[in-house]
Amino acid sequence: MDTTDRKLRTILADVLGLSHNQVAEFTADTGLFGDLPELDSMAVAGLLTEMEDRLEIVIDEDEIDGEVFETYGSLLAFTQAKRDAA
Amino acid sequence: MKPASYPCPLPGGAAASEYALTFDFSRKYRVLIAPALFDEGQKLRRFTVEVMRRLNGAGIDSFLPDLPGLNESEQDLALIEPEDWRMALEAAGRHFAATHVLAMRGGGLVLPGKLGGWHYAPVKGASLLKTMLRARIIASREAGREETLDALMAQGLAMGIELAGYSLSGEMLRQMGKLMPGKQPGIGVVEHELLGGGPLWLRAEPDEDRSQADALAAILAVGVSA
Repeated sequence: MDTTDRKLRTILADVLGLSHNQVAEFTADTGLFGDLPELDSMAVAGLLTEMEDRLEIVIDEDEIDGEVFETYGSLLAFTQAKRDAA
Repeated sequence: MKPASYPCPLPGGAAASEYALTFDFSRKYRVLIAPALFDEGQKLRRFTVEVMRRLNGAGIDSFLPDLPGLNESEQDLALIEPEDWRMALEAAGRHFAATHVLAMRGGGLVLPGKLGGWHYAPVKGASLLKTMLRARIIASREAGREETLDALMAQGLAMGIELAGYSLSGEMLRQMGKLMPGKQPGIGVVEHELLGGGPLWLRAEPDEDRSQADALAAILAVGVSA
């Protein structure tokens, strides 16, 4: 598991109140926004701010659509691309 | 734990009675809590009260006042500016004869003068606003409306805006956006990492964490007599 993957799982654990073992079981197909009712707009907004702080990226609001948060795989791919571009 | 109240000055020179949660046994050390702001105030309330319970067990009084426009306050938040919260905390500090202050997150942006103490997990006012603006953009997008950060901010500054259920005036936005956690003399910063575990203000559902409450209360219990 690379650094981005590990840090992203830790942030999700913090937001969702899950253990590290639980988020370790997330696969690329694990559903997020839409599948997890507790992940509302405020929680996603907090998640974005925390991703910027911990992963040292800047996220523009225009880039955020439902697809980015659809699954763990799509969120990881988005984050990885952001870090590669940074 | 007892509900109490304190005389809170309001804009324009009026005053109101605001609610406060207290552990008051007329003890030597008396900690005023500057609560976290907006949505974070809800997320951290349980944690804050858990810290107060532990302080009580350690022989320390504590006071958690409602700021005007937040929590149970009947004041209209749209008429409130950050300076009103600073004055409210000063009034509460005087009323309860506080000897120290513990600010939670954004509460440290409106610290009353004079009192020494701690600031847990400082945050910029601009960051609090940005997260609430983002939440609004995400919710609007789900509803099929496109909004942008810049346009919302411009609209908010001109005529006020509702973010995450909080009605904020243009003046609140303007001032909150500039507030930075300061290096106030006598205020020790307690970074979240010191407590361990995930930050509770991030939780999608409000939660508590015994070991974090233990750790923060222990820092205060050791620090009050220093």
